[in-house]
Amino acid sequence: MRETTPQQRQPVDPHLPKHALYTLLHEDGSAGPDAPRLDDAACVSLYRSLLQLRVLDRRMVALGTDGALGFYVSSEDTEATILGGAFALRATDWIFPSYREAAVALWRGLPLVDHVSQLVGNARDASKGRQQPMHGAWKALNIVSISSLAGTQLPQATGMALAAKVSKKDDVALVYFGEGSTSTGDFHVGLNFAGVWKAPVVFLCRNDVAARHETAASSYAEKGRGYGVTSVRVDGDDVLAVIAAVRGATERARRGEGPTLVEAVSTGTDAVERFRRHLEHRKLWTPELGDLEHTLSTELDTAIAEARLVSPPPIETMFDDVYAVPSQQLVDQRAQLLRTRRTDRSEA
Amino acid sequence: MPVLNIIQAVNDALRLEMKRDPRVVVLGEDIGKFGGVFRATSGLFEEFGPERVMDTPLAEAGIIGSAIGMALYGLRPVPEIQFADFIYPAYDQIVNELAKFRYRSGGQYTAPVVIRTPYGGGIRGGHYHSQSPEAYFCHTAGLKVVIPSNPYDAKGLLLSAIRGEDPVLFMEPKRVYRASKGEVPEGDYTLPIGKAKVVRRGSQVTVLCYGAMVHVVNEAVERAVADGLDPEVIDLMTLSPLDEATVLESVEKTGRVVIVHEAPKTCGYGAELVALICEKALLSLEAPIVRVAGFDTPFPYTLENEYLPTPERVLSQLHETARF
Repeated sequence: MRETTPQQRQPVDPHLPKHALYTLLHEDGSAGPDAPRLDDAACVSLYRSLLQLRVLDRRMVALGTDGALGFYVSSEDTEATILGGAFALRATDWIFPSYREAAVALWRGLPLVDHVSQLVGNARDASKGRQQPMHGAWKALNIVSISSLAGTQLPQATGMALAAKVSKKDDVALVYFGEGSTSTGDFHVGLNFAGVWKAPVVFLCRNDVAARHETAASSYAEKGRGYGVTSVRVDGDDVLAVIAAVRGATERARRGEGPTLVEAVSTGTDAVERFRRHLEHRKLWTPELGDLEHTLSTELDTAIAEARLVSPPPIETMFDDVYAVPSQQLVDQRAQLLRTRRTDRSEA
Repeated sequence: MPVLNIIQAVNDALRLEMKRDPRVVVLGEDIGKFGGVFRATSGLFEEFGPERVMDTPLAEAGIIGSAIGMALYGLRPVPEIQFADFIYPAYDQIVNELAKFRYRSGGQYTAPVVIRTPYGGGIRGGHYHSQSPEAYFCHTAGLKVVIPSNPYDAKGLLLSAIRGEDPVLFMEPKRVYRASKGEVPEGDYTLPIGKAKVVRRGSQVTVLCYGAMVHVVNEAVERAVADGLDPEVIDLMTLSPLDEATVLESVEKTGRVVIVHEAPKTCGYGAELVALICEKALLSLEAPIVRVAGFDTPFPYTLENEYLPTPERVLSQLHETARF
């Protein structure tokens, strides 16, 4: 069956209604004829990840409210965009998340306890507790370190993509951001440089529709045209549509056709439920899957308990990784802090 | 040994390193076919082609942001910011991103980008082509700040910077880009980042300076010596991290300090030097520490020669400090 690529569909075509969205999953769980062909195992695995993200978000929001976490922002209702984007990539492609997509690392195989370790900032965290929750970095998974600032990752993704191109590699960059970031200067330079350089980068904009004050344009996707960046608008709660759009974009990128802007619009439908119905439609639904939410919740209990047993990073590690080799100033400051703490303890 | 100016030494270092290491790329506004407004990248486009010598759109945040991405992927980008005065649109990418990748990722990701930028006054460039913004960046954990004063140092330090594992802001004193000439070895050599150099041994007063001001200081010192003084001159070369040992050793010997920089005085780099000396060598001091600096005004156009430290201003402070 033929896959629909963004080139074939023209959601920003002025002849289409201005809010036309590329959608594949139907109400009854069936998928359009252009839908990407996922094998049974991939379908179940994707459903598991969608549900895991929801279970994780709800639990962490609750922990955040309890004060057990310093910071947490739910990605609820954008699960299909987050996971659809990552699903469409090769493992060697690079991901530049914003903090809302931090859990994309789980899709790439990060053990749950390691993700929770980042959230609580313990010594097991690969980033050594250096950043607040949802700001992890996983180099082994090609997931780039996350910033709190909106949009800074866009020109970085463009640069990485260009580096891949000049290095004669066919790696692609996928960069996530919210629609608010489309107002920033970094959105502008990220897309402008990508357009000029035909960089193999996919800009995936999560438009959760909540904020309507970010643009006077008829859509965020429309902004891409001015940069020579092909744009598509997809139903962001339709995981198959997101996969198709991002996969089409990566194929264009690998063919040397340059960047694509994918605007994934939350339609207010339940992405997990929609994909569950697709599993039913494909006769993949089993009683075990009915128990999956409970299973995932138990797994999360275990991961949280395990992560909480791990100590915070040792004090002296605060001075590591500022430079490749600590400066004399850092060596002196570390010694001073450790001396002070020894004195404190002996006085106490 | 060939005699080069600073521009030629920078160009020589870039060419040498691009030949030696295929990961090295240069990028910036008009640095390709045109060779850069100061010609620092002249001939590189012809030699290495558009994939390694990249003309960019006119947007500093885009230049630095994309250089970061290239470095994360394993390249060694050397972006040029055409004038240091234009660096502020990239400030966030430098301070929050470039300088922090190693730390915030727990050492997983590094972004060894070397930003070259001409800085400083004395070229009739007015406010937007004359500033010395080094202090903003010395306050940035994770970034190194290097300022050579002559061709030999420029080549050796630039090669070290590109081969290092940390991001470096490499500020080039454009006032003496062509005026400063000297013998520069052909081929490879490096000078260590984080080491200052005593450029004149003396016993009476320590003069701390860097970049274009080294030449102003040298002129003042020549006249001071004729007047019977014996100053010691230190070219700091690296501002961050500072070579404290060389500074303190000299101050402990002379007990008198004059600091010269062209950036505004308040919270300028001199303030950090004063604080360091007060913390670690206070009892060696025989006189108040003096700062000869730019004034706390925006950089003026017509009156720039009044704004910038002159040999006369330095000389009078050398005398005052020596006889205090």
